[in-house]
Amino acid sequence: MQADIPTTALLASNITVEFAGLRALDGVTIVINPGEILGLIGPNGSGKTTLINAITGQVPLATGQVTVAGDVMPLSAPRTVALSGVGRTFQIVRLFDQLTVSENVETAALAKGIKRKDARKIATEILQEFGMLSRAETIAANLNYGDKRRVEIARALAATPKFLLLDEPAAGMNESESQMLCKQLLELPKQRNLGILIIDHDMPLISRLCDRVHVIASGKTIAAGLIENVRKDPAVIEAYLGSSARQDA
Amino acid sequence: MTELIQFVIDVLALGGAYALMALGLVIVYGILKLVNFAYGELIMVAGYTLFLMDGTGLPWLVMAAVAVLMSIFFGVATDYVAFRPVRAKSVTAVLITSFAFSTILQNAALLFISPRARNIPLPDVFSTTVTIGGAVTPLRNLLTIAATIVMLTLFTWLMRRSILGIAMRAAATNFTMARMLGVPANLIISSAFAISGLLAGVVSLFWLGRIGSVVPGIGLEPLLVAFIATVIGGMRSVPGAVLGGFLLALIDTSLNHILPQDLLKFRDAFTFSFVILILLWKPDGLIKGPASGQRT
Repeated sequence: MQADIPTTALLASNITVEFAGLRALDGVTIVINPGEILGLIGPNGSGKTTLINAITGQVPLATGQVTVAGDVMPLSAPRTVALSGVGRTFQIVRLFDQLTVSENVETAALAKGIKRKDARKIATEILQEFGMLSRAETIAANLNYGDKRRVEIARALAATPKFLLLDEPAAGMNESESQMLCKQLLELPKQRNLGILIIDHDMPLISRLCDRVHVIASGKTIAAGLIENVRKDPAVIEAYLGSSARQDA
Repeated sequence: MTELIQFVIDVLALGGAYALMALGLVIVYGILKLVNFAYGELIMVAGYTLFLMDGTGLPWLVMAAVAVLMSIFFGVATDYVAFRPVRAKSVTAVLITSFAFSTILQNAALLFISPRARNIPLPDVFSTTVTIGGAVTPLRNLLTIAATIVMLTLFTWLMRRSILGIAMRAAATNFTMARMLGVPANLIISSAFAISGLLAGVVSLFWLGRIGSVVPGIGLEPLLVAFIATVIGGMRSVPGAVLGGFLLALIDTSLNHILPQDLLKFRDAFTFSFVILILLWKPDGLIKGPASGQRT
């Protein structure tokens, strides 16, 4: 592990992913510290979701390795990564549609070896936190889109992760839902000493949530650091923020 | 009235056996999206276990318990031998390996036991008849109905209340997601095969109880019945499998009562015609289960 990176961090170093000869990620290194929300931004197709897939062991790595709080993760082992404390959500919500909201959340706790009674208690607490307790017995398929997103985050939290990777968590939400989510997310790192990586195209949301951002374009890191510095980075302006940022400047 | 009572008992007894068989097939299909074509051989295994224990002097219930255990064992073995090594490959590969495992088991029975039918020990209660409302029916039929109620209740409890059940339902809805949450994939799949073996083992006692003997090819008919029942009910739906089993029994029993003697030999043709009509009406089966998820 690199000397300046805390042993409690999630470190994905020199990650390269190739799909049939196409290099989707090219030597990306990213660090998520406990207790922080790190933004991952970049234009469409830049490799943001692929990076989350690589960290969670869902796509094979051509090079690189993932270390979670000092433990090196085996390759292509999503279950090991999950049990090591890395939770995630998806760009397109993936709930267990036939299960109730409560069962969805419980499943994550049960997978960690928590007893049913305790898993139910955890689910109740988290659903209360996310304002979803009244819908605990609703079949997940019957929820509206915003609620599905909230349940997906609640489910990821039920596994008591050390790190949470959120792929466009506010996508499809209206303004008030998005603000409510933002408020809830801001509480999480402090409450749970949780490190969060968040992908979103909504720059005001990223600015509100994150101190640091990591920018990738065409599978490569083009900038990383404090958001105010990154916003001024010419490579970022060119690749991602584009004309609106130039106008702002 | 007597005929109606007889008819209802026949439908419930046959439907119960069909439903349990279909359930055993659909529980594996629900998770793996693959049909276990070696499923019928679990009935054969249970039958030959009973045959081999004949004359040991053990009480029949003990022999039946061992037969069911062997069915569970071979159910799990199907996973280890035919599915696990190739399940990440193509559907064709798994189809071939499950057919191959079925053929190996049948040929092992042919080679090491006999191609001829072998009598199995059955308790006296299986040959007893009872009279209900004037209808004379084998007590075995009532036992089949009772066993179906017990098994369906246990199954429902397992799926709704137990940790394994929740994990299995989650895996049946979205296997990849369940794995990513840390649900142990291999354990869930093996458990599905074990439950499938348990259901086949229990059904085998009543199925073989009607015939009184076992042959190497005994598994084909129950496999076919289970497959048709699940197709009618909905391949991905557990309640659909049960409904399909009872509906198929209703069609079979009705045809037995309605068809004139000279047309009875065409009963299966009539049954399949009804199945085709049902599928033309509901191509996905009567009850639509979870959306077809990604295979493991």
